[in-house]
Amino acid sequence: MTTQPRTMFDKLWDAHFVARRLDGRDMIYIDRHVLHELHAPHAFEQLQKQQRGVRRADLTFSMQDHTVATKPGRTQSTNPDGEQFQVAMREGSLRHGIRLFDLGDPEQGISHVVAPELGLVLPGATHAVPDSHACTVGGLGALGIGCGTSELEHILITQTLAMKRPRSMRITLEGQLHPYVSAKDLSLRILALFGPSFGRGYAIEFAGEAVRALSIEARLTLCNLAIEMGSRSGFVAPDEKTFAYLKGRPYAPQGAEWEAALAQWRLLRSDEGAAFDKELRVDCADLAPQITWGTDLSQTISVTDKVPDLAGDPETRTKSERALAYMGLEAGQAMLGLKIDRVFIGSCTNARISDLRTAAQIIKGKRVAPGVTAMAVPGSTSVKRAAEAEGLDGIFRDAGFFWGESGCSMCAGGNGDRGSPQERIVSTTNRNFEGRQGKGVRSHLSGVEVAAASAIAGVIADPRAID
Amino acid sequence: MQPFTSVTGVALPLLQDDINTDQIAPIPTQRSLKPDYQALFFSRARRSADDSLDPAHILNQPQFAAPSIFVTGRNFGCGSSREGAVWTMMAVGVTCIIARSIADLYRENCLQNGVLPVELPDPVAEAFEKRVVAANGAAPFTVNLETQTISGPGGADIRFDISDADRTRLLEGLDDIGMSLKHTREIGAWEARTSVGAPWLQRAVRRPGIEPTA
Ligand code: SF4
Repeated sequence: MTTQPRTMFDKLWDAHFVARRLDGRDMIYIDRHVLHELHAPHAFEQLQKQQRGVRRADLTFSMQDHTVATKPGRTQSTNPDGEQFQVAMREGSLRHGIRLFDLGDPEQGISHVVAPELGLVLPGATHAVPDSHACTVGGLGALGIGCGTSELEHILITQTLAMKRPRSMRITLEGQLHPYVSAKDLSLRILALFGPSFGRGYAIEFAGEAVRALSIEARLTLCNLAIEMGSRSGFVAPDEKTFAYLKGRPYAPQGAEWEAALAQWRLLRSDEGAAFDKELRVDCADLAPQITWGTDLSQTISVTDKVPDLAGDPETRTKSERALAYMGLEAGQAMLGLKIDRVFIGSCTNARISDLRTAAQIIKGKRVAPGVTAMAVPGSTSVKRAAEAEGLDGIFRDAGFFWGESGCSMCAGGNGDRGSPQERIVSTTNRNFEGRQGKGVRSHLSGVEVAAASAIAGVIADPRAID
Repeated sequence: MQPFTSVTGVALPLLQDDINTDQIAPIPTQRSLKPDYQALFFSRARRSADDSLDPAHILNQPQFAAPSIFVTGRNFGCGSSREGAVWTMMAVGVTCIIARSIADLYRENCLQNGVLPVELPDPVAEAFEKRVVAANGAAPFTVNLETQTISGPGGADIRFDISDADRTRLLEGLDDIGMSLKHTREIGAWEARTSVGAPWLQRAVRRPGIEPTA
């Protein structure tokens, strides 16, 4: 029997297909469902109203991350606005027998950081979160799918998600990255090249030499930004690095089952000659550290570049003028040397242990520039513990960084950590939208390298130039 | 779900590309489990630096106080998955969004709530946008899903495309969960198959002493 070569996405989708619905959507089985307190309480309330139960509480996990305070010694009332969300999350999870990673839990943290480190994410599995950055877990070869509140309720009741089958796209990233250039720079570069919606309707497979060379944590960072490209899912085919990362993690299969899983996971890649609906290539060999200058992730340049002049481009003119006004910048202005007020190192994009190590290496023995507020917020409580065991917290504190408890923090400001109007921030997060980090706040997104170097310099700085 | 057949009312043009859900319904202003979605509607975009409503902003102009149709550019509703960004639309009375394109997640969230998402190709969109701007809220537009047409002042009726499946779902107000529960047997069958073929996916993940028992 000959079979058509298939993409990894085809294999994943077909393996999870349950039924085709009346409205033409495919019902896809959800292997792991991770909730968070900003959106789950609404769904819990709906369940109660309709007197419905959760089909597979054992495959569902609850995380407190969006609204939790980062202050040492925090409680649920430290962020008064967050308390009601956290309480409702606790009650709903308890009522349905769902494992809750609550405040004070040694494994609490941002869902997209915690799920991989516990082995809750597995290659070839579907992983849904009522949060658009669910795509992060694609770094382990899973299909992460961000969903809305109604969809979350649908998954609780049926353990499936009804979706139109996306088309498939492969982005091949070629070349080797220079030191101080990371996965975040790769994804920002892709956004600069192709814009903020080219992935609409597609699932994206990231492939190529540059991707294979990335660590698992870096692949998670790369996939984190798939949603900013317009795609609900981005992933990397699993390889030996993936398996080594997962082996022995608490929720990963063990013993004979591990061996059986491994045998299946090794087949999880796009077959030679498989057809993609769209293919893109990016040469990354000369990639410099990237930074956003505007209010959209496609408004990205190399840190050594000048703000582009787009006045002649009728397509993007209004948008870029508006962005420049909001950001307090002018076309032609250099990014290097631009004075900043704040640096934030954190979020599901860049707050894993490798990120903190990279930042610590850059700031070690130095001081944050006067007038700059710098924060480092580990992505999970486990990451925080690991960092402290290595003494990284001391390096951050000695440099003048705030060292916080784990959570989303300044990424969306849902926990009260916000900047003030007109403040200029270099942030390792994933959205530079107007007002995202506080009203009027000017966010420049970058990798940890640029963020750490800028904290020390007090201006936007090139990490390659810092000694 | 409320069936959608047609809507007639004020068309509000916010002609920008890439309007994200942070703009439509900002999180930091969502301080309550049950926020006032009407107040949340573009709550930051429509205010000046001193937090007062900016009278020049189109969303604050009296003729657009009760819009029914929201007209916008490319990649509308990108960003976070929050469904509140659709609920704010509904809270102010919008039941139809006409855009050059709509982000996948946002479009799904619209369908979940019986809000009609219409995507128009560029040349058609451009002409339609001009008509909406010219009408300036004074004369109503009608979007009819049965006939798949947009009508209103300043020109001929415009035909729009939507998949038959989505059209039926909206016209009949099909309940999303109800549609899926018809397939409960297939869900069970999938679970049984996978328990054999890939048991690590199906096995109840429980670590003794850590996980609760239902
Ligand atoms: S860190 Fe930011 S992007 Fe990530 S889950 Fe939290 S709020 Fe969302």
